[in-house]
Amino acid sequence: MAARNTQNQKRSALADPARVPKVRVIEKKAKLKVQGDVFMAEDKNRNGTFSRRSLIGGAAALGSVGLSRAATGAEANPDNLPPNVSEWTPYLGAGVDANPYGMPSPYEEHVIRRNVEWLTASTESSVNFTPLHELEGFVTPNGLCFERHHGGVPEVIPTDYRLMINGLVDRELIFTLDELKRFPQTNRFYFLECAANGGMEWRGAQLNGCQFTFGMVHNVQYTGVLLKDLAREVGVKPDAKWILAEGGDSAGMNRSIPIEKIMDDCMIAWAMNGEALRPEQGYPARLVVPGWEGNMWVKWIRRLEFGDMPYMAREETSKYTDLMEDGNARMFTWVMDAKSVVTSPSPEKAILEKGVHQLKGLAWSGRGKITRVDVSLDGGRNWQTAELHGPVLDKCLTRFTLPFEWNGEELLVQSRAMDETGYVQPTIDALQAERGVNSIYHNNAIATWMVNKDGSVDNVRLG
Amino acid sequence: MSGLVKAWLAGGAMLALVASPALASERPFNLGKIATPEEVAGWDIDVRPDGLGAPVGMGNAIDGEEIYADRCAACHGDFGEAVDNWPVLVGGEGTLDSHDPVKTTGSYWPYASTMYDYIYRAMPFGEAQSLTYDETYQIVAFLLYMNDIIEDDFEVSHENIGTIEMPNRDGFFMPDPRPDAQPVASEPCMTNCDVPTNIIGRARDIDVTPEQES
Ligand code: HEC
Repeated sequence: MAARNTQNQKRSALADPARVPKVRVIEKKAKLKVQGDVFMAEDKNRNGTFSRRSLIGGAAALGSVGLSRAATGAEANPDNLPPNVSEWTPYLGAGVDANPYGMPSPYEEHVIRRNVEWLTASTESSVNFTPLHELEGFVTPNGLCFERHHGGVPEVIPTDYRLMINGLVDRELIFTLDELKRFPQTNRFYFLECAANGGMEWRGAQLNGCQFTFGMVHNVQYTGVLLKDLAREVGVKPDAKWILAEGGDSAGMNRSIPIEKIMDDCMIAWAMNGEALRPEQGYPARLVVPGWEGNMWVKWIRRLEFGDMPYMAREETSKYTDLMEDGNARMFTWVMDAKSVVTSPSPEKAILEKGVHQLKGLAWSGRGKITRVDVSLDGGRNWQTAELHGPVLDKCLTRFTLPFEWNGEELLVQSRAMDETGYVQPTIDALQAERGVNSIYHNNAIATWMVNKDGSVDNVRLG
Repeated sequence: MSGLVKAWLAGGAMLALVASPALASERPFNLGKIATPEEVAGWDIDVRPDGLGAPVGMGNAIDGEEIYADRCAACHGDFGEAVDNWPVLVGGEGTLDSHDPVKTTGSYWPYASTMYDYIYRAMPFGEAQSLTYDETYQIVAFLLYMNDIIEDDFEVSHENIGTIEMPNRDGFFMPDPRPDAQPVASEPCMTNCDVPTNIIGRARDIDVTPEQES
């Protein structure tokens, strides 16, 4: 691989062919229809569930979920196993600088973001998903953080980057990137979740994957300046109650945020996990709105305007509002409620052998710290409390595990998160009873993975 | 702005953390440069529900038809009905309380100002901020006309963009009623819980999940 500072390398990992998802979409008979951030197959019947479609043949039980041979240890070459000397042992390996910007092992090629092509008309206005089922701990590697763009990824030139602050302030100011970095800095881990994460599952189990149903979330450490410090610099007028945050991308992404939140914990960040923001995450600077829906975390941020009323942008009226059964919609539903997912076993992580296993999962809450996660193996009848692996941080992904033994029986696996406010992650029935099925956003319901007798795992709906 | 929003703002909760006047005159870090009015004008493109920020200009649906056909119809359809997977812009009245809601500028959007704001900043897709102010008013007028909200010769302008009554103006409510859907008992059930465990749907049967090549 060429040195990182050559022209060819400028586009970095994004253009590396080794990282291009090898995804193919099966021919779909159903005509699929776009509906905002969520997309429903049209052949659903009247009560909102889907009519039975043909089952993939039995052979697909393990194959269709994209299991990695390398990762499972299947088909090992005996020549490399004890007592033989493994083939990589006798010879010198690659030297330093073979890979000036390190990349994962080629055997981890399957650990990539993936999209669902039929969801959107173009990849510039689309989403892909974090492979949660392949990750450990609570940090999401930068190259695996899901992407959601409304007008593609702009190539912002850092020397030409500017942040403007205007409106109800004493001084309208323009900052360079270097000037932003001269403010006192803050380093914090936060999860970012798209409000539409799981949106395709409101009416039934639709996508057979942990990645596709929960992967619009990531968790990184941000480095940046607190907005309250920028606010002091411009001098906010007493009648300012809202801020409009605006991106410099082709969507001109804009959202209104109440000043109370701005002055609490919002940041302008320029780094994630210790390095500059990735282009697709807002390079060179983005807004961080801890615990609140991802759409508000405006990327490529170019302007903040202080005002005395909300701006009612398209993304807080047409989108990111929650339609109830009576035809009225909730507006300004910003907080991401507590949620959890079992990442293994999951549709992509079949159980391959009988015996002891570690159930693994992630939990998070936009209202604070996770205090407890319970796990059920029988569809929610009986629960055990899982072990939380620290650090358990505010508004941050939290890893949990639970050992279990599998002897070839069917399991209905669920997890239920609780946060420090006492909030309990609800069932889909409880959510539907409250909000109906038209909401699209804020589906934080408990999901069910069914472990079949052959160890394959399905996303199912109980009722 | 709806009465509800006003009532909520008047509630006072939002006022608590506004910077105190004492801080307003200090400039603690002396970083950044003062923006000139021209610099602000070039970037300050938002238009609020009360019309604040709307640039001087006007346009009607008759004039808007041609420019819409030219710049928008390839994706959104001649009548706003949408081509393929691109968004629908017209129709959908009376569907919001059904299980097949069609949310369009006409059936769902509460403010005409949002149409101006969004179309100018983001459309045509891939040619952001390329419309003139008058062209944007003309297209807004065309979409309002197609949604039966105004007559075809009505001039939409900076003076009235904040006053046009949208059909779903009162269709939104706040504040956020969450947390909702919580168990009645303070402790969630741990054993022998009374929950349904029949399988009523499987994603595998829906068969819309992308496969990974092996
Ligand atoms: C190349 C295809 C294309 C063209 C041409 C185009 N649009 Fe769009 N339009 C889109 C896409 C894609 C979106 C959704 C963008 C996103 O992801 O946020 C959109 C969204 C919209 C929306 C918001 C819809 C909603 O329900 O929230 C409006 C209004 C709109 N376009 C109007 C226009 C107008 C007016 C024009 C012409 C000036 C235009 N568009 C030209 C593709 C197009």
